[in-house]
Amino acid sequence: MTTAVPLSWYLILSAILFGLGVAGFVFRRNIITVFMSIELMLNAVNLSFVAFSYQLRQTDGHIYTFFVMVVAAAEAAVGLAIILTVFKNRATLEIDEVSDLKN
Amino acid sequence: MLDTIFFYLFALLTLLGAVLTITRRSAVHSAISLIVSLVGVAGLFLLQRAEFLFAVQIVLYIGGIMLLFLFVIMLVNLDRAERERQFSKAWWLALACVVGVGAEIAYFLTKGPAAFQFPPGAASPGVASAAAGGNVERLADALFSEYLLPFEMASLLLLVAVVGSVILAKKRI
Amino acid sequence: MSQYYTATDHFVLVPAIMLALFGCAILLFDFWVFPEPKQRKWLLAFLALGEAFAGYGLWQQHTYIAGQGIAELTAFQGSLVVDGFSLFFNWMFIAAASIVALMSYRYLEVEGEHHGEYYSLILLAQCGMYFLASGADLITLFVGLELMALCFYIMVGFLRSDKRSNEAAMKYLLLGGFSSGFLAYGFSLLYGLSGSTKLSEIGVAIARRDPADPVLLLAMVTTTVGLLFKISAVPFHMWAPDAYEGAPTTVTAYLSVGSKAASIAFLLRIFLGPLASARAAWEPLLVFAAIASLTVGNLAAISQHNIKRLLAYSSISHAGYMLLGLVAGNETGIKGVAVYVLVYTFTNLGVFLVIVALRREGLVGDNIDDLAGLMHKSPGYALLMLICLLSLAGIPPTAGFIGKYYIFLSLIQAGRYVLAAAAALYVAVAIYYYFRIVRSMFMSDAEDAGAMETTFGVRVAAALTGLGTLGIGIFPEPFLRFAGQSLIR
Repeated sequence: MTTAVPLSWYLILSAILFGLGVAGFVFRRNIITVFMSIELMLNAVNLSFVAFSYQLRQTDGHIYTFFVMVVAAAEAAVGLAIILTVFKNRATLEIDEVSDLKN
Repeated sequence: MLDTIFFYLFALLTLLGAVLTITRRSAVHSAISLIVSLVGVAGLFLLQRAEFLFAVQIVLYIGGIMLLFLFVIMLVNLDRAERERQFSKAWWLALACVVGVGAEIAYFLTKGPAAFQFPPGAASPGVASAAAGGNVERLADALFSEYLLPFEMASLLLLVAVVGSVILAKKRI
Repeated sequence: MSQYYTATDHFVLVPAIMLALFGCAILLFDFWVFPEPKQRKWLLAFLALGEAFAGYGLWQQHTYIAGQGIAELTAFQGSLVVDGFSLFFNWMFIAAASIVALMSYRYLEVEGEHHGEYYSLILLAQCGMYFLASGADLITLFVGLELMALCFYIMVGFLRSDKRSNEAAMKYLLLGGFSSGFLAYGFSLLYGLSGSTKLSEIGVAIARRDPADPVLLLAMVTTTVGLLFKISAVPFHMWAPDAYEGAPTTVTAYLSVGSKAASIAFLLRIFLGPLASARAAWEPLLVFAAIASLTVGNLAAISQHNIKRLLAYSSISHAGYMLLGLVAGNETGIKGVAVYVLVYTFTNLGVFLVIVALRREGLVGDNIDDLAGLMHKSPGYALLMLICLLSLAGIPPTAGFIGKYYIFLSLIQAGRYVLAAAAALYVAVAIYYYFRIVRSMFMSDAEDAGAMETTFGVRVAAALTGLGTLGIGIFPEPFLRFAGQSLIR
C-alpha cells in the first residue's frame, strides 16, 4: 500500500492538538477540564511519535507512546485522587477559589 | 486515496473533539468530547499501522482513564461546579499559544517532510518489514528485549499510583 | 541472565533494585509484621538498610570504574550509564533521602498522618532519581522522571485533611503534568530528528544539522521549557512557592534538594549530551532564565513572611546560579554546578530541619516570627540555622561560598563579566532577606517559652547537615576532587 498522507500533515495535526491542549490548560478554570487538557497534550505527543515511527519504519516511537499512555494512566489515577481530596475539603473545583497559598 | 479520506475523517474527529473539550461548560460534555477526540487519534494510529496502540488507546485510554474521569465528575458536585466561572482572563497567553502553533504549522506546510532528513531508503514508509511479523509481535519483541528496563520501571510507576491513590482517597488507612 | 539482562546490566541496576525492593518490603511489613503505631521505627530501620545496600552497590560501581580506569559503564543497550556524574548525584540522593527520613519520624507523628507508605515513597522517589541521574535513553529518562514526580505528588498531598497540603498537591500535579507534556513533545521531535531514543545517537544526528534549523529550535525550546519547569526556573517557577508552602515540611525539604538535584542532573545530561552542538541556540534561553530566576527569586523573597515560601523563592534564585554554571560551559562551570548542588543539598536540608524541629502541637513553625528568640530557647538549633543561612548566602567559611566561588570563577574565565557582576549583586540582596531570619532568631524575644522537643533522629540529622555545611566549607579539597570526577566526558 502506498502512502498518500505525508508526514507533515500528521505533524501539523499533532501541533494543533498540542496547541489546543495548552490553550485549554491556560484558560479553563475547572480543575477536571484542565486535567483533560493535559491528556490532549499527551495525545498530541503520541500522534507525533507514531507518525515519526511510521515514517522511520521503527517501533521505538510506538514503545514511547505506550509508555506515555502508562504514565498518563498512573498520573490520572493519582491526579483524580488528589482532586477528590481537594473537593472533599473545599467543595469547589474552580482553580482561582482554591488559593489559600499566595503571597 | 482511501487513506486520505480516512485521514481527513479522523483528523476532523480529533480536532472537533479537542475543540469541544476545551470549550464546553459542562465537565461531562468535555469528557465525552475528549473521548471522541481519543477515538479520532486511535483511528489515526490504525492508519499508520500501529494496531497495538490502537487497541491500547481504546482499552486503556477510553475504557480506563476516561471512565475514571467520568466517575470522578459524577462523585463531585456537578451542579455547583457548572455555575462557576469556566474561563480565565488570560487571553494573551491563549493568543500566544495560537500564534506559536500557527507559526509551526506554516513552517511544516511550506517545508513539508524535507524538514526532516531521513536516512536513505526510508522514503517510502508503510511497506515496512512485513516478514518480521505484525506490529504486535514486533512491539512485544522490542518491549521485552531492548526496552526491558523501562517496562520494569513502569511496574514501579503503577505500584506507586495504586498506593498513592489509596492513601489519598481512603478515609482511614 | 540472558542477552537482554547481562551481568553488567545487573551490576549497573543493583542500587535501583535495592531501593525498589526495600520500598516494596516497607509496604508489606507495614501492615503485616508491624501493624502497631509504635513499631514504625522498624520501618525506618528498613529504610536505612535499603540505603545501605544501595550505597554498597554504588560503592562497588565506584571501585570498579576506578579500578578499571574506564570513564563509563553502559548497560541495557545504552539505556543506562554509570559514570562519575551519575555516581556523584546518586551519593547525594542517598544522603538526602536518609536525612529526610531521619527528620520525618517525629514530624509525621505530630501531624497525625504517620503511615509506613511515606518511607516507601521516599525510597521509590529515590529510585526514580537514580534513573534520572544515570539514564541515557529518552524512554528511561521519561519514565524515571514520572516515577519520581508521581511519588512527590503523593507526598506533597500527604496531609490529607489539610487544605493547604491538598492545594499544593493539586497545583504541583497540574503544572507537573503540563511540563511533562512539553518535555514529551520536545522528545518526540528529537526522536523525529534523529530516529533514535538513545541520547548518544540523538547527539550525533543533531550535530549534523544546522543549529538554526526551525524544527531543531522547536524541539529544543519545548524540551527546555519542560526542564526549566522541573528545576523551577523563572518564568516557569509558579508552582514552587505554592508546593513548598503547602507540602509537609519534611517533604518540602526532600522536594527542594532531591527533586531539584535530580532535575539538574537530567538537565545537564540533555544539554551537555545531545544538545551540546546546538549551544549557540540554547545559550541565550538559559541566560535569560538564569537572570530572570535570580531577579524574581531574590526580589520576591524579600517580602515573604512564611519561611517555607521564602525558601521557595530562594531556591528559585539558586536554580539561577546553577544555570549560570551551565551557561559558562567550561570545566570549572560544570564542576561548579556539581559542587553547588552538593552544598545546596546539605545546607537546605539543615534549614528545613530547624523548621521541622520547631513543629509541635499548636505551633506550625513556618512563620518567621515563630523563630523569634530561638537563640535563647535552643542555641544549638539557632546556631545550625545561622550556619546554614550563611552558607545559602555564600559567606565564608561555610560551604555555600565554595559553590558560589566556582560559579563566579567559571563566568569570569568564560569572559562573561556582566553576568558575574549581576550574580554577585544578587548575593547582597540575598544576604538582606536571610538576615531577617537571623535577626528574628537572635534579636527578638521568644513569644512562647515552650521548649523544643527533639528526638534522636532529628539530632543525628542536625549533626549531619551541620557537619556537611561546615565541613565542605573548611575542607573543600576532597569534595572538589569528587565533583571533578563528575564531569561528563
